[in-house]
Amino acid sequence: MNFEFTEEQLMIQKAAKDFAERELLPGIIERDDNATFPAEQIKKLAELGFLGMMTDPKYDGGGMDTISYVLAMEEISKHDSAVAVVMSVCNSLVNWGLETYGNEAQKEKFLKPLARGEKIGAFLLSEPEAGSDATSQRTTAEDKGDHYLVNGTKNWITNANCASTYLVIAQTNPEKKHKGINALIVDKNAPGITLGPHENKMGMRSSDTHSVMFTDVKVPKENRIGDDGFGFTFAMKTLDGGRIGIASQALGIAAGAFERALKYSRERKAFGTEIFNHQAIAFKLSDMAVKIENARNLCLKSAWLKDQHQPYGIASAMAKQYCADIAMEVTSEAVQIHGGYGYVKEYHVERLMREAKLTQIYEGTSEVQKIVISRSLLK
Amino acid sequence: MKILVCISNIPDTTTKIKFVNNNTAFDITGVQWIINPWDELALTRALDIKDAQPNTIESITVINVGLVDAEPTIRKALAIGADKGIRINADPKDSYFVSYQLAEVIKKENFDIILCGIESFDYNGNNVGGMLSEMLNLPSVSSVSLLDIKDGKVELKREIDGGQETVSTQVPFVAIVQKGIAKEPRIPSMRGIMGARTKPLQVVEPAAADIFTEFAGFDLPKAKATCKKIDPENVKELINLLHNEAKVI
Repeated sequence: MNFEFTEEQLMIQKAAKDFAERELLPGIIERDDNATFPAEQIKKLAELGFLGMMTDPKYDGGGMDTISYVLAMEEISKHDSAVAVVMSVCNSLVNWGLETYGNEAQKEKFLKPLARGEKIGAFLLSEPEAGSDATSQRTTAEDKGDHYLVNGTKNWITNANCASTYLVIAQTNPEKKHKGINALIVDKNAPGITLGPHENKMGMRSSDTHSVMFTDVKVPKENRIGDDGFGFTFAMKTLDGGRIGIASQALGIAAGAFERALKYSRERKAFGTEIFNHQAIAFKLSDMAVKIENARNLCLKSAWLKDQHQPYGIASAMAKQYCADIAMEVTSEAVQIHGGYGYVKEYHVERLMREAKLTQIYEGTSEVQKIVISRSLLK
Repeated sequence: MKILVCISNIPDTTTKIKFVNNNTAFDITGVQWIINPWDELALTRALDIKDAQPNTIESITVINVGLVDAEPTIRKALAIGADKGIRINADPKDSYFVSYQLAEVIKKENFDIILCGIESFDYNGNNVGGMLSEMLNLPSVSSVSLLDIKDGKVELKREIDGGQETVSTQVPFVAIVQKGIAKEPRIPSMRGIMGARTKPLQVVEPAAADIFTEFAGFDLPKAKATCKKIDPENVKELINLLHNEAKVI
């Protein structure tokens, strides 16, 4: 066991912290209020290499480990989860999926510009009637010989508008059920793709979420990832890693709320003393600290397993479920500690509470994580 | 041109200051170490000039007097963009010792521009830049808030009472830089961080030097008095407290 971070990991953590405080915190309330996509902030994040930080340098990425990614995601998410989710989708889903399962030509053409941060990716799995049940894909990719013809609708797609490269999960052979599903690399500007309006969300309001409609969209055969019918396995394997990103995001939301609540408790006075000196508040902060420490350890354990090339699907499901659930609890307590100030926007904790809710829902609800975890108990 | 930036390894500016050994030594337990902010801004300006005029600036080197635990700070400078690091393997005892060690190494090299932050945020000595230029017998410009190179000539602006002074100087020279030299320090990129270990970090053994000072003791500032709030209507109470308690009127 070694709980020490390397010099590089600490430097990445500090870089992410500095970036979040300097570039993300200013204007965050207005961006959230107006649901303004943080285009300038994402551009700077990309220039620093955060969007392709785990991709192998031979494909123009940063070549960093998953531990570094967890540390960076936590720091970014303490302030702006709408930015953190772009980072998570790019690193965990799109880049990792392409690097692990794409062929060399696909990596050269699609992965390199993504890893350099010149382009942004999106992962299109959810549908109006296929969220947690990802086997029920209604979007079709009809085999037309040298190309696929894609038709259908994808829902809740993060980066739908800002992305250039889509990874689309679609059904080619319905009779084979989930073994008939394919994963396709699709140019967002291909004819036949239209976007629904920007979703007016409860939290992470400035992230770029739309539904995406496909009408007779031609996708060349060489854009299929893996063999025919590999799409469902591709999606599930990719989501295993995606959970680490969202778990770290939830951890960051909780830690950000905790840090603000701790600071406030040492400044705000009631009954003649700082409210931290009241046991009712101190014990709340103690409980929050324990939950955050547990959450951080689960994130780092699953990241470590991934870096050691050991199975990490169950560990990442545990991390995702626990971190998301405690993020909800911790942010709610942070609002409570702030009292009336917590309920107004200037103190940030109400926003973090709204952001926390989404981490229990997307990239596998907490309930779906429990299915994954409980099934593993019988093996 | 070759630029050298002298960097100090100091405690993070948010560190809670404590002392040990009967208040004669700073307690480094749990301290995070950073590049002295003035030195980091000097490095930032050097990098800005190199980015804008890559053909003019041949290299940027950072130098530090410190023990091995200062290396992460030097590598941070390399991650930000410096080309080479030099560590003089000695505990930085005082300003004279640090200046002497720096001068002994710099004499053997041929740097054109030597940058020092105006002071370090830990001991606030405000000495090294001036001492160093004297030991090297080089011209120095203090309180520099702007450094530029135009058509191969160095232009500096320095802060003076009520305004600014524009100075041009021959190279080599020492510039002691302060607020305004660069807007804000750079955040290292992922590639910069991963590439830092592959950049040269030369370790030089120190020269024999006298140490003229020792720390007799440190004292923390007295705790601030608590703030008393007085009703704006109650002027009598305000006068009473200012007279009898604060004793300022």
